[in-house]
Parts: sequence; structure tokens; C-alpha cells
Amino acid sequence: MKTSTTFSPKVFELDAPRVTQQIEEKIREIVYRRLRRKGAVVGLSGGIDSSVTAALCARALGKDRVFGIMMPEADSSDDSLRLAGRLVESLGISSAVENIRGTLDALGCYRRRDGAIRLVIPEYSEGWKCKIVLPDLVDSSYYSVFSVVAQSPTGEVRRVRLTPAAYMGVVAATNFKQRIRKTLEFYHADRLWYAVAGTPNRLEYAQGFFVKNGDGSADFKPIAHLYKTQVYQLAEYLGVPEEIRRRPPTTDTYSLEQSQEEFFFSLPLRTMDLCMYGRNNNVPAEEVAASVSLPPEKVQRVYDVIGSKLASTRYLHMVPQLIEPVTEVGAEDAH
Amino acid sequence: MMQIEEEVRQFVVDNFLFGEGEQNLANEDSFLEKGIVDSMGILTLVSFVQGKYGFEVPDQDLVPENWDSVALISAYVQSRVGVAG
Repeated sequence: MKTSTTFSPKVFELDAPRVTQQIEEKIREIVYRRLRRKGAVVGLSGGIDSSVTAALCARALGKDRVFGIMMPEADSSDDSLRLAGRLVESLGISSAVENIRGTLDALGCYRRRDGAIRLVIPEYSEGWKCKIVLPDLVDSSYYSVFSVVAQSPTGEVRRVRLTPAAYMGVVAATNFKQRIRKTLEFYHADRLWYAVAGTPNRLEYAQGFFVKNGDGSADFKPIAHLYKTQVYQLAEYLGVPEEIRRRPPTTDTYSLEQSQEEFFFSLPLRTMDLCMYGRNNNVPAEEVAASVSLPPEKVQRVYDVIGSKLASTRYLHMVPQLIEPVTEVGAEDAH
Repeated sequence: MMQIEEEVRQFVVDNFLFGEGEQNLANEDSFLEKGIVDSMGILTLVSFVQGKYGFEVPDQDLVPENWDSVALISAYVQSRVGVAG
């Protein structure tokens, strides 16, 4: 049990040149020697995580061995495409724009999602916009239950708690987006004999903020061990354009602007970073409290919620389960 | 009261324990401590209770004091429907 009394945001300070070099070496080892592929494909959202991932891959493998893919759809913001384009330009990598709206339409992604929303808001239809939100973790009652926020074409905003069928219906339909994007990433990876780089940071990876076989799928995940605060430090060191570094994290999945805090973390990411670090390193809630300007009991509550999230998202990390071991496939490779 | 408790218990066993390990769940056991109901599970319980007992659950009632065990849910339902024990 760690009994540090000097807990502060300084725990995230990293030696960017050294850490970058270590990650570069690892990427080369993984891509060339373990995966035996000659480059990396990265899906670019115009956000900080995919930008840092692409920048690291470009340094590790060379800009000629990284392929960026931008995959806008009906609900993604124009900024995402524009900022991803800026990154491509600054790194000098090859790229493609694959608009997935038609594919999603054909799959019924939007139609199925709207049908699920109509279970709780019957008048929801063409021209309405929506997002799914959680209450603030610190100020709300203990249970974080999902609501849908919908805006009519005339600007009227309604917030309604979701039923299980509506929630699961909306999530199942919108998950098409991440899965179709991943399908295209693997298409280009197969075409180029490249590996697919996943882009989660530590908060997303550990707490299960990803779609199984969607953005959760990848051949390697070079920043999954880094807290969000550390990703920002690397971004600065790697020269990721400032506009990308200043952009608030978004899910870019719903037609109404939705922050990651609203949908998943329920806390400012800096606060979640500190609480996650504290919990991971057995730092008492009292010590973390001062750094995040919250009372210790609130920090303890965040610890508890992280714990229940780790438990409830375990399924997302699980590889296909076998009835008996198949010994000719190495356990570490099994999938 | 006994009937409500039995109905709630049966729902929890069917939906969160999948009919298995029922003997390990006491009606007073905390769902949070046992790790068997998450926030999605709460939505499921609320939906069940609203449908079965015919009243709306306001957001401010979504606290562990009302939902964290079979016994607490039964007591909450009882207080809302006003059935004598």
C-alpha cells in the first residue's frame, strides 16, 4: 500500500523525449517483428488521441509507412474532417477520406437509432437532433442513469430518462459507426500490408469507453498506457497542431454536440485522470481530494464508480471464450 | 410486502443472476457491493418497477437507499403504492 503524502498533478509529468523514444522502439518491435507488417493505418478523428497515435507511428515507422483515414458521416462535425486534414498535412502522411454516411444509411443506422429514441420521445423524427447524457458524477444522485437530450427543428429541447430498450437500441445502432470505420481501417491495412493502430488513451481503454469490434479493435494500441494529461504533453512535444490540442474532447457520434464527460466519464478529464491515478496507486481519497478540489467523500465515490465501471465493462476486453484450450495457438495470441 | 419482495427477488434472479446462484443472494445484500447491478441494471429495475406497480419513478428517487437491495426496493415500492404489509 502506497502512503504518499505528496500527491499532485505532477505525477503525470513525463520526460517527453524519452517516453516518445521508448514508444517508437516498441512500435517498431510490435509492427515489424511481432505483427510482421510494414506500416500502420490510423483512423483520424481530428482529436488529440488519434493525432498523437499517428504522430508516434510516423516517427517510429517513417511518414511513408503511415496511412491516415478520415471517415465522416451525417452526425460528425465538419471540424473533425478539417482538423484531421491539418494533421495529415503537418505529418506529411498519405491519407484517404471515406464518407461512411451511405453505408450507415444502408445498414439502417440512423433509422434504427431514431426508432429507439421514439420509444421515449414519440414525436422524434426528421430534423431533430439528439445526444445521450449522464448526470454529473459529483453533483448528482448516486446512480448515473442515461438520458436522451433531443432538440426539435424549432429549437425546443427535451431531456428524457431512457428505458433499457431505448438505451440499448440507440447504442446498438450508433455502434455501427465505430464498426464500419474499423472495417475500412482493416480494408486499407490489408491492401497495404499494414497493421491497424488503435487510439485509446488509458481512461478510455481501462474504463471500457469503446465499442467492441469497433474502435476497441486494433492490432496495437500505442497510447493505451497514457493518462489523458500525458497524451496532451506528448502532443505538444510531437508538434500536433495547436488547434487540435485546444479542441475539447468530443464523441463526435451524436447530432447534438456531446462531450466525453457527458456521455461517459461524468467528470472533467483532468479530474478523472487524477482520480484514476489515485485509485490505481492506492492513494487515499483524502490526498487526491486537495488536488481536484473535491471533498474526500466525493473522491471516494469516484473511486467506487471507476471500480464498478471496470467490472461492468470487463466483457468488452474479453477475447472469444473457448470451451477447452487449443494448445497449438499460443495463449497470448488467441482471439 | 412479502409478495412484492418475492416478485422483486424473482426479477433480480432472472435478470442479473440469470437464474443461477440464487442461494447466494440474501434480500438485504447490497447490489453495489455484490457488483451485480450497474447503472444499466438500475434502468432495468426502474423499468420493471414502473411497469409492474404502475407508478413513475422520479429522478430524485434514484438513490441507493431505494434500489440497492431486494429489501430496499420492496420497501420503496411499498411506500409508493401504499400497500399495507
